[in-house]
Amino acid sequence: MNPTKILDVKGMSCPMPIVRTKKEMDTLNTGDILEVHVTDKGALSDMPAWANAAGHTIIDQEEDAEVLKFFIKKA
Amino acid sequence: MTVFKMTAAQVARKVIENQSLFILDVRNKDAFEDWKIEGHSFDYLNIPYFDLLDGVDEIIPKLPADKDVLVVCAKEGSSLMVAEMISDAGRDVFYLEGGMKSWSSYLEPIKVGDLTDGGEIYQFVRLGKGCLSYMVVSEGEAAIIDAVRFKDVFTNFAKEKNVEIKHVFDTHLHADHISGGRHIAKATGATYYLPPKDAEEVVFDYTPLEDDLTVKVGTSQIEVGALYSPGHTIGSTSFIVDSKYLLTGDILFIDSIGRPDLAGLAEDWVGDLRETLYHRYRELAEDLIVLPAHFMNIEELNEEGTVAKRLGDLVAENHGLNIESEEEFRHTVTDNLPPQPNAYELIRQVNMGKITPDNDEQTEMEIGPNRCAVR
Repeated sequence: MNPTKILDVKGMSCPMPIVRTKKEMDTLNTGDILEVHVTDKGALSDMPAWANAAGHTIIDQEEDAEVLKFFIKKA
Repeated sequence: MTVFKMTAAQVARKVIENQSLFILDVRNKDAFEDWKIEGHSFDYLNIPYFDLLDGVDEIIPKLPADKDVLVVCAKEGSSLMVAEMISDAGRDVFYLEGGMKSWSSYLEPIKVGDLTDGGEIYQFVRLGKGCLSYMVVSEGEAAIIDAVRFKDVFTNFAKEKNVEIKHVFDTHLHADHISGGRHIAKATGATYYLPPKDAEEVVFDYTPLEDDLTVKVGTSQIEVGALYSPGHTIGSTSFIVDSKYLLTGDILFIDSIGRPDLAGLAEDWVGDLRETLYHRYRELAEDLIVLPAHFMNIEELNEEGTVAKRLGDLVAENHGLNIESEEEFRHTVTDNLPPQPNAYELIRQVNMGKITPDNDEQTEMEIGPNRCAVR
């Protein structure tokens, strides 16, 4: 899995992780993969819910210590 | 137009005073369906904040102009963002300070009634979580029953009333919320009591709360007497205060009864629960006012915001007290139970002193409704 871009929103709290992810996603092309690093626990449910609503696919998700990593494929 | 802040205390007044409010809840759908701010005259619209990032034009027509609009999210940040967008679109709007996190934590102390010789009993209503704590006050002294974890609310209230907290009780080892009992006792020098049968694994010192134990509070010597009443847990104990109030813990609620499964032993404790509800409580005076440790929905609130009802009325009206067949009773309280409270196993560990999470972690564990009852 090769992310097209990595977005670091560690330390930011809701709603910024999703706001920044959306902004970044808007600059990518269909099929591109954005890797997002986030520490806000609200992202655990909000990121999949947002991706689902926007039509993007979360192809993988990791938890490394306090950091959540999402790999999101653009629709 | 303007963005205003609304506090959890202000929302609580609106619930209790039956005022109207339009809540725009911007959490995701699952969170909203699981748990929201309940009000008798509240209207709701649930649209996740991430669906509004491109603008709020679509929802503006759905916001009423004739009542306050309150934007609510989990912690505050998203509701403030959405409120600012709504204000930019030309509307006055409120956001909830601290979000659902502060709603879950807010306690409203309400006087339930007078006791002998100037004594009083207060109910601390935690509207967001449905938890009820109690303070018995008589000149100079106080006793607390089923305190939630916000220790300062109780110690400050005692200061205001000019009373010394002498006795702190938990009716049982709680599974839905974190007890403040032993922390209040430690801060004030009060005695902390816990039923020994629920306390086999606890790692701190406590005074055993045995059947028939009686303490006297303040100059008017108000009696707080223990009545062993197992069923929700094996140690569950009720209290009779001043021969007037029956504090039932998580055994009997206004419109439901306690569930026997949160400590993992539903089948074993069904018999105890039935014995308590259908025999032990039936021997008590029907004029006792039942004060439970929880409510499940705001229909159970009285006009002044308290949760209290005469035992005789509950015997007549509460479905859980009117199941004739033992078999059907067993079925009701062990099969098709509602989901268990959030993090209930962890919460039990905290209440046993086995783990000591920080404040944020405790808040996270207590998210959601209490779910201690079956109907």
